[in-house]
Amino acid sequence: MRLYLRYFAIHVKSQMQHKASFFLTILGQFLGAFSAFLGIYFMFTRFNQVEGFTYSEVLLCFATVLMAFSLAECFFRGFDAFSSMISNGEFDRILVRPRGIVFQVLASKVELTRLGRLLQSVLVFAYAIPASGVPWQMDKVVTLLLMILCGTAVFSGLFLIYAGLCFFTTEGLEVLNIFTDGGREFGRYPFVVYGKPVLLFFTFVVPLALFQYYPFLYLIGRSQNPLYMLLPLASLGFLLPCYALWRIGLRHYRSTGS
Amino acid sequence: MITLENINKTFRVARRSAGFSQAVRSLFLREYEAVHALRDVSFTVGDGEMVGYIGPNGAGKSSTIKVMSGILTPDSGRCDIDGLTPWKDRTDHVRRIGVVFGQRSQLWWDVPVADSFELIRDIYGVGHADFARTLDELVETLDLAQIVRTPARQLSLGQRMRCEIAASLLHNPAILFLDEPTIGLDAVSKIAVRQFIKKRCREYGTTVILTTHDMQDIEALADRILLIGKGQILLDGTLDDLKKRASAVRTITVEYCAGSFSPLLGLTQQSALDGRAVFAVDTSVLSVSRAIAHLSAGAEITDLSVAGASAEEMVVSLYEEFAI
Amino acid sequence: MKASLSSRARMYGSLFRVRFINGLQYRAAAAAGVCTQFAWGFMEILLFRAFYQADPPAFPMEFSALASYIWLQQAFLALFMSWFLENDVFAAITDGNIAYELARPIDLYSKWFIQNLAGRVSRALLRCAPILLVAALLPAPYGLSLPSSPLAFAVFLPTMALGLCTVVSFCMIVYIATFYTLSPLGVRVIALSITDLLTGSLVPLPFFPDTIRRIVELTPFASMQNLPLRVYSGNIAGEELIRGVLVQVFWLAALVIAGRLWMRHALRRIVVQGG
Repeated sequence: MRLYLRYFAIHVKSQMQHKASFFLTILGQFLGAFSAFLGIYFMFTRFNQVEGFTYSEVLLCFATVLMAFSLAECFFRGFDAFSSMISNGEFDRILVRPRGIVFQVLASKVELTRLGRLLQSVLVFAYAIPASGVPWQMDKVVTLLLMILCGTAVFSGLFLIYAGLCFFTTEGLEVLNIFTDGGREFGRYPFVVYGKPVLLFFTFVVPLALFQYYPFLYLIGRSQNPLYMLLPLASLGFLLPCYALWRIGLRHYRSTGS
Repeated sequence: MITLENINKTFRVARRSAGFSQAVRSLFLREYEAVHALRDVSFTVGDGEMVGYIGPNGAGKSSTIKVMSGILTPDSGRCDIDGLTPWKDRTDHVRRIGVVFGQRSQLWWDVPVADSFELIRDIYGVGHADFARTLDELVETLDLAQIVRTPARQLSLGQRMRCEIAASLLHNPAILFLDEPTIGLDAVSKIAVRQFIKKRCREYGTTVILTTHDMQDIEALADRILLIGKGQILLDGTLDDLKKRASAVRTITVEYCAGSFSPLLGLTQQSALDGRAVFAVDTSVLSVSRAIAHLSAGAEITDLSVAGASAEEMVVSLYEEFAI
Repeated sequence: MKASLSSRARMYGSLFRVRFINGLQYRAAAAAGVCTQFAWGFMEILLFRAFYQADPPAFPMEFSALASYIWLQQAFLALFMSWFLENDVFAAITDGNIAYELARPIDLYSKWFIQNLAGRVSRALLRCAPILLVAALLPAPYGLSLPSSPLAFAVFLPTMALGLCTVVSFCMIVYIATFYTLSPLGVRVIALSITDLLTGSLVPLPFFPDTIRRIVELTPFASMQNLPLRVYSGNIAGEELIRGVLVQVFWLAALVIAGRLWMRHALRRIVVQGG
């Protein structure tokens, strides 16, 4: 942990070297997320609800997913930028250092410019938390925190898959954007609005709905089932196959060096 | 002690030809060919030895370094470095080695070098007192005092390479791998880097394995040379061994004021101009002293010099000999 | 100048060819792009279906027209997405290689323009066919329908070409802006996040609140993908179409002229500063 803070400090220092770039990028990230918000706003000027979810409820869902995503991107960005780490030899350097490989990859990239998105999610929360009409008792607060934290973990798992595949090929991995960027964009609305098959897919294959949809039902009082509150924890199981894939990829890299 | 026994490594690479139709073809069909990067590579390096590892591009130098530093797992063979197998005991092994990749940087680009050093200290878990001592020494001997507060991106290549080397030595490794440490440096920086490596590694008894294309690096640093070509170790010996083997030709340059030179077996006149003549002596036929005696008998010689084959020429003739 | 016309055409032709071959290498990337865009379009349509079911009368366009809009958008993504910029151009500006570009006997604005055009077209050509094909096979309201009339299709093609040129001329402005800033990335991210919304790539313009929509329709952003994609399904026709095309032509001309003038200023500045 201390070592991570050391890495973190160096990233802050580095990024402060280019202040103009840093703040403009933050602003850009913020505006990007703001466009996504306006997309929702425009739709709800025309429609009162979708699948029974109101405007402020959708915003709550949007903020949760956005925050989980931007946290994952901020701290687990190393895996996202992994193909360049392999091609520029940075990864070889990691292999000749006596620390955990996953740890070093994580620590080697911290993208503070993602704070722009994070800021947007905070603002939307500031509006949606009171406006959603949720009685914020302990269980609801815990549910929301679980949703955000486990969401961060699932998105990180997706980045890990991406990195694991980078060991085999750097081509064609954009397809994973369906789940990362797509998860963020389409996760603005509870997954049920896309219909049953999509919901099942995001429950059992890529478990975004485990932290986004089911606990959300509990949060807004549509379901009283306390199991739903704990489902985000189940989504952590997703990390196991992700990590396994990473290990396989690592073994492949060390046997081909490419 | 480093021991490699029968290390083999084969890669598969995609082949692609130029041109439109070929690009379309490779859309559907790709051809691969197997490249034997390493074939039965075996050698032993004792503690404190300084070994130069040479060979043309693509001969397998980097692959060997990668195997020894735990980045690459070979197909077969044994590698034992002080009782550890690099690709199995990665963490324990890399704690004891330092690696400099001449073409890549391990310093953080935008922050002062000293910050990078401190991070490396924490990565290797070096104690603060040890670190301070090592750093002081490195700063002094590499003359870094003026530049450790500067961000890496503002350093010249020579300054940066000195910092890179310092960064690789902060944890006092027992073994140092240098992969083209002088590439792109100017003459002064090259000499500084060589002198430092030589002095420091002698003092600490560090084992050094150095790959380079610069034969002056080899002359300055290596007690022993390994020549690799097409994945195989072709020669293992001292620089003098190699020189003897590489070429039996010496060049004699004379300046003379009067007289002329008669022909002699093994002596070939290469040029003669304005009282200055150059001869090649094939020492397998004629000794250098006999050649000089013969030349001075023919003309009044005012100045004379004898040159052996340069290290560069030696390498070229070796590459030719082995057809690599 | 006239004599060099054919040689210039040949040069641009070979530039296109090189980029096309280059694009073909990345077969996996193209396949992945097709999959991504297909999944994206699919999700978009499902999302709009949910809104449609919530309140059909509030839906501002025919559902089938919306589906066509989304499929065309996904199929021709590379033509219209403003974030698809040439990294070479940014590199030339930021690391000073522009000196080499200036040393060549080519008008730099035209060269970059063609380069961008070629990049987008070659990319789109590789990807559009499978998406269009599958989308056309989908059942009625969800798939890509035929153009509403032969006339609509006849207008669709030129408006698409004009729209593409408008996108490229806008991107030229983004490139030129990087001459004046320390942070090309920042400018890029900001410009792109704004265009993403205003071009209707996030939510089609008919879904915007009316006042905002009316303003946006006068901007160059509405001339990019919004016009051709809605012309195709007959969502824009008649007088509105004529007005749309006029706005489009106006903005294309304005952006090109502004870009050229601005570029001349930027280059002069570089020459004065000596790099």
